[in-house]
Amino acid sequence: MARAAVQRRLTWQLATVDAVTDETPRVRTLTVGVPGWPGHQAGQHLDIRLTAEDGYQAEREYSVASAPGEPVAITVERLDDGEVSPYLTQELQAGDEIEVRGPVGGYFVWRPEDGGPLLLIAGGSGIVPLRAMLRHRQQTGSTVPTRLIYSARTRQDVIYSAELMELQQGDGVDVVLTLTREQPPGWDGHTGRVDAELLRELAWPAGQDPLAYVCGPTAFAEAVSATLVGLGYPPQRVRIERFGGTGGP
Amino acid sequence: MDALDGNAIAGLLHNVFSSEMTTATGTCATCGSASVVGELMVYLQAPGTVVRCPVCGNIMMVFVRRKGMTCVDLTGLAHMAA
Repeated sequence: MARAAVQRRLTWQLATVDAVTDETPRVRTLTVGVPGWPGHQAGQHLDIRLTAEDGYQAEREYSVASAPGEPVAITVERLDDGEVSPYLTQELQAGDEIEVRGPVGGYFVWRPEDGGPLLLIAGGSGIVPLRAMLRHRQQTGSTVPTRLIYSARTRQDVIYSAELMELQQGDGVDVVLTLTREQPPGWDGHTGRVDAELLRELAWPAGQDPLAYVCGPTAFAEAVSATLVGLGYPPQRVRIERFGGTGGP
Repeated sequence: MDALDGNAIAGLLHNVFSSEMTTATGTCATCGSASVVGELMVYLQAPGTVVRCPVCGNIMMVFVRRKGMTCVDLTGLAHMAA
């Protein structure tokens, strides 16, 4: 029975940090080796638990940043008042151990057979699960027409910048960046928020039966998804994942 | 505090129900609306984790961690189906 496959007890286990990669001054990718990792889908999460010397524990969920089959990675944005992210982005080093459990989630997941055209819309570090989807699309040779609209505060805050530029150059993926807090000299991309005007111009027409994934801070995700529904997207074709960081789009 | 959604507690739900629950459908005991769990409103900053119906806003589920145990209140949930 198919159900049996998903009824898997979740247990905390020790994982080893194999590599740390700085993505931006505030954002770091941790590649972790998890013994017996059962594999994940693009868009799933990983829970992390930190335990202080006095026994106090803090748990957080992070999107898996890597595609299925790739080494497990998470990309973490440092929130200055955070309990967990400063440790993950500033103190943890390759060779250290952390407690993890996962993969978890299944709603905000894309599989090649889900099709498209795909519209991926990210605000800030909301790019992370969408990046796993983009890598999975590439890895499986999917030809689903795909457009990514990614809103970041400044050029420097764009995560996976080089990788996204490469995708843009070859692979049937349109990458649209919009900067909300600066307009650097020579910038020929968009500026300002992902609003109705931008989406009217860039979202696949509703008549093409597009599938949208929107990930970002709550206000961003809700504004974008409401606009897509206003453009005729059926609500069930707009999957949303909200996160609570203060990083902003 | 902004609401998150059911995706943010995928691990908690999996731990409590021993199964992936964000794709399940939960029916609100107050208004009767059925919603995908991934779309429910989730507040992590309350004393405990509070899950509300996105249609009527009433509380559907509450989870409180106490001495290593998770206490679960599902009185606002009429039905849940995978």
